[in-house]
Amino acid sequence: MAKTRTGSINVVTANRLADGQAVFLAAAGGWVADIGRAAVATEAASAERLLAIAAASVARQEVVDPYLVALAAGEVRPLALRERIRAHGPTVAAIAADATRYPE
Amino acid sequence: MYQYDQHDRAFLADRVALFRDQVARRLTGVLSEEQFRPLRLQNGLYLQLHAYMLRVAVPYGTLNGRQLRALAAIARRYDRGYGHFTTRQNIQFNWIRLADAPDIMADLAAADLHAIQTSGDCIRNVTADQWAGAARDEIEDPRIWCEIIRQWSTVHPEFSFLPRKFKIAVTGAARDRAAVRFHDIGLRLLRNADGEVGFEVLVGGGLGRTPVIGKVIRPFLPKAELLAYLEAIMRVYNRHGRRDNPYKARIKILVNDLGSDEMRRQVEAEWEGLRGGDLRLDPDLVAEIAGRFAGPALTPDPAPVRAVEDLPLIDPAFRRWLDANTVAHRVPGHRIVNLPLKPIGAPPGDASAAQMEALADLAETYGHDDVRVTHEQNLVLPHVREGDLPALWRALDGLGLAVPNLGLVSDIIACPGLDYCTLANARSIPVAQAISTRFADLARQQDIGELRIKISGCINACAHHHVGHIGILGVEKAGAEFYQVTLGGEPGEGASIGELVGPAIPAARIVAAVETIIAGYLAFRRPGERFLDTVRRVGVAPFRERLDAAA
Ligand code: SF4
Repeated sequence: MAKTRTGSINVVTANRLADGQAVFLAAAGGWVADIGRAAVATEAASAERLLAIAAASVARQEVVDPYLVALAAGEVRPLALRERIRAHGPTVAAIAADATRYPE
Repeated sequence: MYQYDQHDRAFLADRVALFRDQVARRLTGVLSEEQFRPLRLQNGLYLQLHAYMLRVAVPYGTLNGRQLRALAAIARRYDRGYGHFTTRQNIQFNWIRLADAPDIMADLAAADLHAIQTSGDCIRNVTADQWAGAARDEIEDPRIWCEIIRQWSTVHPEFSFLPRKFKIAVTGAARDRAAVRFHDIGLRLLRNADGEVGFEVLVGGGLGRTPVIGKVIRPFLPKAELLAYLEAIMRVYNRHGRRDNPYKARIKILVNDLGSDEMRRQVEAEWEGLRGGDLRLDPDLVAEIAGRFAGPALTPDPAPVRAVEDLPLIDPAFRRWLDANTVAHRVPGHRIVNLPLKPIGAPPGDASAAQMEALADLAETYGHDDVRVTHEQNLVLPHVREGDLPALWRALDGLGLAVPNLGLVSDIIACPGLDYCTLANARSIPVAQAISTRFADLARQQDIGELRIKISGCINACAHHHVGHIGILGVEKAGAEFYQVTLGGEPGEGASIGELVGPAIPAARIVAAVETIIAGYLAFRRPGERFLDTVRRVGVAPFRERLDAAA
């Protein structure tokens, strides 16, 4: 599945080097697991700025493979299912608890 | 089972030390990600959606209790308390930290386990019939040959940078439970007209983007020439296999481009220069390795065992389990006990640390300390005395591992899919969970009979969907999950590739579509026909009509 779906609102994600965890570049600087605390870029220039910060973090061996994740307008919700799963974890436990929830 | 010797242990200790150093250099930035990635992959460590994933080899799918406990300990200490058994008889841990990986490798090595050659363009873990050494239809234990291949191929300098990954499977039985026709090389032990045992050699089978049934390039190969012949195949592949395009790099494409006759000619020409040489197997060495697979000395016990005779009268659930999940052993008075890791609604192939530990105990108590991993993501206790079955069944039932669904609708193979895998187009496990839950009623499953559903989250086909009786492939359309459905695939003898039944089906309708297909089978089937037989007789068109009508 394409990593990014086109969208003008983005956050930056990466995997933390030491444990591989999916993390998001935070508004306050640094990386956080909670996408709700991610810095949101609403225009191309600010997205570029966030990617530059991420690249510097890569150079410091903090994270690997940073990229932009497109969000739906008005909420911190990735457009792509892949990115929602990446942000919130596998869906299998919820479906094990109640299979009628598939394909939510 | 095979016992590691000093050489194996020293080699693993070196590898752990080397990897510890590599990880330390990566974490401090001496190695870049680009430099490090191939090194971690050589040790089976992938970076997936949520964390690092470690793929541990279970050579030819054979474990003992101590090893199963070591895997359970890793699940507890370094992961989230479970492991996932895969279609290549391996186990994967989904939540690994890079910083812990060297310690995990050391723990594995202490139990004679490793993650070497579970990734990368090398000869991967060689797989085998999960009933090896126990099956009634077996000519010879295939694991002897898997082990010989393992020793030859492990860090073989000439074959460490192949055009692409390379998978070999071996069966020693009449029935093919190892899907040898869908491997880069498939080996079938058979007896020729003179009563000699040798190999039928198949080349160029595979799934993925281009599913192909392997071609026989040598109907009978003397056993002593196995490595010389394999080396000849590998050389031809290494020389001509395409390196410009990963989608065209597998040996199946080469066999297709050259034609199997030309492939055979080149391999045989290469073999001429090798046969009878250094690679010829010394009978003493083979006998020594065979000795390590001798298995338990079982005493034939042809008399029916009272407990097994009586218990079905008391508890019909035992009878259902006995009939569905166990099969006759080559030694009378024993059974092969299959343990589907497919509780209703659960992710296929997952086992908790507690289940693994309890199974290790049960294997030691009732199963001669032998546990097998199957490419269908199940486990097996291959040698159980009939008299022990009632006690074993009660214990398994307590673990949730006595659901009598082997080979039925809910015994689904599913790859990790979009819940874990960076390459996925769509989810796999949740589809399996939803189908399994829809068909939870065991009487209904038994009425439907043998039906093998296989679900892959992308065209890489890790769940072998092309050879599912019902194959389900996740695709993406405009950001949404869709599934292509094929019917009539079969991995064993009588191998076939499933045929597409119609356009891709949206996620919201996939479970209903499976139900429609199964209802079609029940309507079309003749007495005694399995799902696969009916599909082969009537074709996919009547199923398509039903799906169209239901859409
Ligand atoms: S089939 Fe595709 S999605 Fe599934 S595990 Fe393999 S690569 Fe990942």
